Amino acid sequence: MACISPDGKPTESGTKMLRAIESGMGAAEEIASSAGLPLFRVKSGLRELTQAGLANLKDDKYELSSKGAELLDSLST
Amino acid sequence: MEEVKEQLISLPRLGERAPAFEAVTTQGMLKLEDFEGRWLILFSHPADFTPVCTTEFIAFAEIFPELQKRDVDLLGLSVDSVSSHIAWVRNVEEKTKVKIPFPIIADLNKEVSLAYGMIHPGQSKTETVRCVFIIDPNQIIRTILYYPLTTGRNMDEILRIIDALQTTDKNAVATPANWRPGDMVVVPSPNTQEMAEERLKQGYECVDWYLCKKKL
Repeated sequence: MACISPDGKPTESGTKMLRAIESGMGAAEEIASSAGLPLFRVKSGLRELTQAGLANLKDDKYELSSKGAELLDSLST
Repeated sequence: MEEVKEQLISLPRLGERAPAFEAVTTQGMLKLEDFEGRWLILFSHPADFTPVCTTEFIAFAEIFPELQKRDVDLLGLSVDSVSSHIAWVRNVEEKTKVKIPFPIIADLNKEVSLAYGMIHPGQSKTETVRCVFIIDPNQIIRTILYYPLTTGRNMDEILRIIDALQTTDKNAVATPANWRPGDMVVVPSPNTQEMAEERLKQGYECVDWYLCKKKL
């Protein structure tokens, strides 16, 4: 897993992607630009984040799930 | 039995859709479709921690910024584990100060190697030869290069091919032998006698009706 470590915590790139989604970036291209990551890594990472229940795809836009929001809150504190 | 199966798999050809894959890489699980919308150079090397491959990886890392300017992603591959890849790229960085910025497929089960015809048993039954597949943003194979195990690749030629393909796509022209960006390009051959006659009046630099060049 490139975005989520074996201990279940997001990696640096995973956190960047979640922060980008939190700030309203919904398309993979927007997330890649905001997070400063290659588009292919973001597309792959978004699959991981949605499979882990941290993000959802709705109407072709990615949104943070409540689990993803809680995770980001816990990283901030 | 496995050898027979390998021989029956046909090689991809120019103009065909690149075979889909999902593979473990040094940057996570990647699918071919993750690269859609950008150019991709998929290349194989025989093995990690070998001398010619190390020089090639350093050379690929050196042209990486130029490839990025051209919207081209790089993806390496060999029949080694992801742990081996990680150890090798860390070693390259430690010894040469060159960071390998692109992902490398760990193709231990040879799924991708076989789909792309990267294993040539006459050279090695276990290692991939030095292949380069240039795949366009629509995931069509546009160029295939094969090099033997003993010959490292020429990065200038790979960049030149990318420039030529992108120039062709943008301007509907062809590029002559040894073409470089800024050189004259070849106007496509006329299909009718009328077009051939008109061609000679259009101000192109023509040797004859079938070989005309122009500046872009």
